[in-house]
Amino acid sequence: MKYAFFIGCVTPVMARQNEVSTRRVAEELGIELIDVDDFACCGFPLRSVDVETSLLMAARNLSVAEELGLDICTICSGCAGTLNEANKELKENDKFRREVNEKLRKIGREYNGSIDVKHFATVLYEDVGLEKIKSKVKKSLEHLAIASHYGCHYHKPSHIYENREDPEFPTSLDELVALTGAKPVDYEDKMQCCGGNIVGVDENITFAIASEKLEHLKTVAADSMNLVCPLCNTVYDRNQRIIERRLNKSYGIPVLFYPQILGLALGIDQGELGFNMNRVKVSELLSKI
Amino acid sequence: MATKLDPKFKYEVANFPGGHNILRCFQCGTCSAGCPVREIDEKYNPRKIIRMVILGMRDRVLSSDFVWLCSQCYTCEERCPQDVRIPDVMDVLKNMAVKEGYIHPTFAKQAETVGNMGILYAISDFENRRRIRLGLPELPSKNLEVQEIYKTTGLDKLLSNKGGA
Repeated sequence: MKYAFFIGCVTPVMARQNEVSTRRVAEELGIELIDVDDFACCGFPLRSVDVETSLLMAARNLSVAEELGLDICTICSGCAGTLNEANKELKENDKFRREVNEKLRKIGREYNGSIDVKHFATVLYEDVGLEKIKSKVKKSLEHLAIASHYGCHYHKPSHIYENREDPEFPTSLDELVALTGAKPVDYEDKMQCCGGNIVGVDENITFAIASEKLEHLKTVAADSMNLVCPLCNTVYDRNQRIIERRLNKSYGIPVLFYPQILGLALGIDQGELGFNMNRVKVSELLSKI
Repeated sequence: MATKLDPKFKYEVANFPGGHNILRCFQCGTCSAGCPVREIDEKYNPRKIIRMVILGMRDRVLSSDFVWLCSQCYTCEERCPQDVRIPDVMDVLKNMAVKEGYIHPTFAKQAETVGNMGILYAISDFENRRRIRLGLPELPSKNLEVQEIYKTTGLDKLLSNKGGA
């Protein structure tokens, strides 16, 4: 099992725990993640400015992986969405592919639609499989109640993901949590967006949206949030203290990337899973294991 | 204040990729009812924005702050009974606004950074030294092929002309 590893722009600067834990878990499960220096931004930030440039950026990344003969594995839902959306259109629309290739040839590239793009969580869910992962669990996380935040681009828009799961009631992240022995918990407005995409336009709206979810997690007494996107993480983890101060609230809810949770269950040393990079304190949570 | 209406505006939007189903909108309001942004701030109301486009309120829409407030969560798109791809429509409107010289400074800055560096957040030497300490491979600090993509689509010129309209 081998993939071109698409780290994305946000993780290396704001969520190294995502990368550290993903690499360590991949190693444990025999998933080879190949580093590719030629990858650039996925194209997502350009959608609002110029969709054509955004699509070309995505197509360029796809062509880089195709040249290596590898499918792409991302650890950001924004990257997964942008690359999948472009990939679907490039595979299904011959005219569009020809037009894009005319432009890609100017930089000496071409894309023939031969690869797939998957988020690391989807690689775990579909390619490795729940049963195989479960068979490697060494330490049940039975004392933890974990609330999954699916975010938006991990599974939506559903048409770019071939309707892999119900956009209103997805289950994959909860199933991934359950196999660690932890209790997956439901909560109000589970599908709500983090609001991170407009933090640079009006952060008060983002923080108000995010505080609703933190409030709901507090109500169900979740030990931690489980997420798979570094942009969502910047809102809920990096900005949780700011949200608490601005809105005069108190949450203190740890925010973990799924590979950090799985890593604990696989018996990987806590020191190798990047917990020291989490902003909201995780010591109480870790003491329950 | 009298607003000049442009009856062709809706067709212009519908002709862009992703804008195609806007003419089907029958104003049920499902989009606005489920929108997490509108719940906090009435300024962003997707149903109303679509109505304004269909009425031809070109200048009001393209020069507005509200088109930049879509959080791209796709809740509306998944629920729309007429298959209007609302987040894509917002992208079309923002792209048109940019061509008219209206661009939100945050998005202008992001687009400029990606155009110069190829990535959204620069990886400094300091960052790479930290990566080595963490046992992570170094990352390239730039990807210059992206500059060529900007030249191909003309985004480099568009960004340098911004504010000129």
